[in-house]
Amino acid sequence: MDPLQLLVGGLANGCVYGLLALGFVLIYKATEAVNFAQGDMMMFGAFMTLSLVNQDGYNLPFGVGVCIAIAAMAVLSYVLEMTFIRRLFGQPQFSVVVLTIALGFVLRFIAGLIWGHEPQSLETPFAGRALTFGSIVLGYDDIVVIVVTLLLVGGLYLFFIYTRVGLAMQACSQNQLAAYYVGIPVKRLSSIVWAVSGVTATIAGVLFAAKGTIDPASGLLGIKAFAAAVIGGFGSLPGALIGGLIVGVVEPLAQFYAPTGYSQIAPYAIMLLVLVVRPAGIFSQVAQKKV
Amino acid sequence: MTLLAVDNLKVMFGGVTAVDGFSFDMTRGEVLALIGPNGAGKSTVFNAISRLYAAASGRIQFDGRDITRLSAHRVAGLGIARTFQNTELFEHATVLQNLLIGRHTARRTGLFRHLFFTSAVRREEIAHRECVEEIIEFFDLQAYRHSLITALPYGVRKIVEIARAVASEPELLLLDEPASGLSAEEASDMAFWIQDLQKDKGISILMVEHNMALVGRTADRVVALAEGRLLAAGTPAEVQQHPDVIEAYLGVSADNTQSVSGG
Amino acid sequence: MRYHFRTSYAQEIRPYQDWRQLLWYVLLLVVAAVAPFLLDEYLLGELTHILIWALAGLGLMLLAGHCGMVSLGHGAFLACGAYMQYNLVNMSVPFILAIPLSGLFAGITGALFAVPALRLTGIYLAIATLALGAIAEDLIIMLEPWTGGVEGLYLETGSVYAIEFDRYAQQIASASPGHNFYWLCLLVVTCVTLGYINLLRSATGRAFSAIRDSEISAAAMGIHIAGYKTLGFGLSCFVTGVAGALLAHFVGAFNYEAFNLLISIQLLLLITIGGIGTIHGAFIGALLLGIMPLVIVAVREFIAQLLGSGNMTIPGIDQAVLALLLITFIIFEPSGVHGRFVKVKTWLQLFPLARRQLFRRSRSYLKTDRLR
Repeated sequence: MDPLQLLVGGLANGCVYGLLALGFVLIYKATEAVNFAQGDMMMFGAFMTLSLVNQDGYNLPFGVGVCIAIAAMAVLSYVLEMTFIRRLFGQPQFSVVVLTIALGFVLRFIAGLIWGHEPQSLETPFAGRALTFGSIVLGYDDIVVIVVTLLLVGGLYLFFIYTRVGLAMQACSQNQLAAYYVGIPVKRLSSIVWAVSGVTATIAGVLFAAKGTIDPASGLLGIKAFAAAVIGGFGSLPGALIGGLIVGVVEPLAQFYAPTGYSQIAPYAIMLLVLVVRPAGIFSQVAQKKV
Repeated sequence: MTLLAVDNLKVMFGGVTAVDGFSFDMTRGEVLALIGPNGAGKSTVFNAISRLYAAASGRIQFDGRDITRLSAHRVAGLGIARTFQNTELFEHATVLQNLLIGRHTARRTGLFRHLFFTSAVRREEIAHRECVEEIIEFFDLQAYRHSLITALPYGVRKIVEIARAVASEPELLLLDEPASGLSAEEASDMAFWIQDLQKDKGISILMVEHNMALVGRTADRVVALAEGRLLAAGTPAEVQQHPDVIEAYLGVSADNTQSVSGG
Repeated sequence: MRYHFRTSYAQEIRPYQDWRQLLWYVLLLVVAAVAPFLLDEYLLGELTHILIWALAGLGLMLLAGHCGMVSLGHGAFLACGAYMQYNLVNMSVPFILAIPLSGLFAGITGALFAVPALRLTGIYLAIATLALGAIAEDLIIMLEPWTGGVEGLYLETGSVYAIEFDRYAQQIASASPGHNFYWLCLLVVTCVTLGYINLLRSATGRAFSAIRDSEISAAAMGIHIAGYKTLGFGLSCFVTGVAGALLAHFVGAFNYEAFNLLISIQLLLLITIGGIGTIHGAFIGALLLGIMPLVIVAVREFIAQLLGSGNMTIPGIDQAVLALLLITFIIFEPSGVHGRFVKVKTWLQLFPLARRQLFRRSRSYLKTDRLR
């Protein structure tokens, strides 16, 4: 197989990981909590889209279905934050870790109840078509994944730089208490961050389900996205995306060139390597705790 | 006799030079106060001595030994104890437990004997406990022996932190703003503790302090620091009169101040 | 209310408050020791399983509760102990000697893993261990010569001088089958617990909790942070590894699936529900986790009878119930069942003087140790 072909497929996969990682990083930056349920949120969003769009579901037009699913997931994430996470404000990080893991399990269970445990595929208008450049086949789905990711990341960037909410989020992530004092509604803001990360999760889920199949256990993909986020540096948005791309590209290459089994381990091996060499990730701002 | 010698110390954060070629000496048994406006690099000097920050260049000698490259826990083992500006106590533990952690460098038993709690460990634990009790008495902390740190008022926490540092039986005690956040009464108590520590326990004390009344009462010598450089050194009165010090604090030259007050 | 009036420092460093408390624990131990004569084979098996889980829980408790390091992949070290046990027994190392050796192997592996992981604080460590838990299965499959790969392996009955340590061996007629293995587990758990208690009341244990509360101040007190963190990780993995070795004998035949990520999460759940930071918590958590599936089955059958329909199996219901429990505890009682027990006890002792205020959690803001 052409290495370039592997690369293209890997990039598209990497975009999905990158989007997921972006969700982690968003929440981490704003509230210093890590959302271990991000993968399951992705799975949930994908299933919602699936039942809205597919022929044996509500059979809505693709765009409409996706928009409804995104909105629903945003609301769901907002409510999750408001009812569960917010109660742990200021509690040790350990609590939030355990809580989000548990939330992930519950989401997985609910998804299993509603949609069953069989892998399902999302019907998309761009499935099965492809462009060919010489020996390289570029699927429409791959192109859509890459383009959507780039648009989303650009949009988020503008959101953080130019909107009031975005600026307030930046303030929050720098110093929560100070943000309180200047009148930023910190609690509502962290709900909004969750909603935003729910949106990115859903988009990641749609892209993922469009390229392959999805089942309730797909949420475990989140762990790979963790590796991506760590590789890029947990506090950096562009880092998350690039970490995702690295993981996405390494996987098929390892699958093709290394003995079986190694491709599963490769992303984590890279992550551990990065942690040893540069503990705070590739794109990190390093400083020291002040005493 | 020189206990601590800081020679041409330089500390950098990224591109910013926080302390730039700062030198001072401290004799055994002395109380030395480090003063200077905010951001002068006083705490940075402290953190460099207790090896939480790495020095870019220069040398720090303690008791004739170069400690510039030692790790933080080794420095503590040599007999340098410290407190922190905003108190860094073990919040989920009682006062007693905090003080016992202060005895860490005095332990002589290791993991395996701890696992079986041998009679050597038992004896040592009781000895630690006796030593801590003495310190509790010294600082009048009897009422708080078993209270959790989270339940204590700020003033008491400050004392507990000093008590914890003293529990390790240090030769040199670094106090980072011992009187910050204390009421006038508490600050005056603090002055008594510092004098007692120097006289009864023979501990040399290096402190950073803004409260000039406290500095005037306790310090043998004062070193003034601004923008990471030495400004003046001498007795409290001398340093307070020093024109450079006045300028650093007020932002105007001493001549102007005089003409303003004269006119 | 009872006030403990102490007259010597020896009373202060002993692990129990007074003779009454000591009596209760001795009584508990005696009841546990005669359990094979009281319980039938099935229940004794469950109790053995609970003991093994409590042991694994003690391992994680030491790490998460007392050293303040979260491990989301402790199942990997459980596997480490289990597979090492198989290989040692295969190399004809005496069974009884193999158990601590397996633990030691897991402990050293853990300490080696900790050396790079040490540089990670909080969340990074959680993620690194999560990754370890996630690749544990793949690693087991890849290391086929030692692990039997996908097929798994079968561990033979361990025996010392004709005393068979097997789940089904019955050598005393009046006791339920599996009594020898149960007693072995009880012995190991008791020893580990005593060691744990001793550790906590000595300088090492204090150093652990100092690092948990404030690393910077611990270093200033002369505590070697990296050394103690590695030690804590190693000890924790040792205990978990011993539990893995016992688990290997308990289940007899196992493959990679026995050590998936879910096991690590269950361990985490165990210590959280039980009460993080307490030795009691590990036991209470193991007990609850052991009883849970039985309760779920009973409830399911009851509902099925009520509705008159036959099959009511919902896949994943066990996990969902556990997850919901976990959420409930984290939000309403972060100190777990043991914490609630202590509160109720205090309330009863103080009655009628107790005030709500006494148990209120202190408000706190996000205290960041993030680097910026």
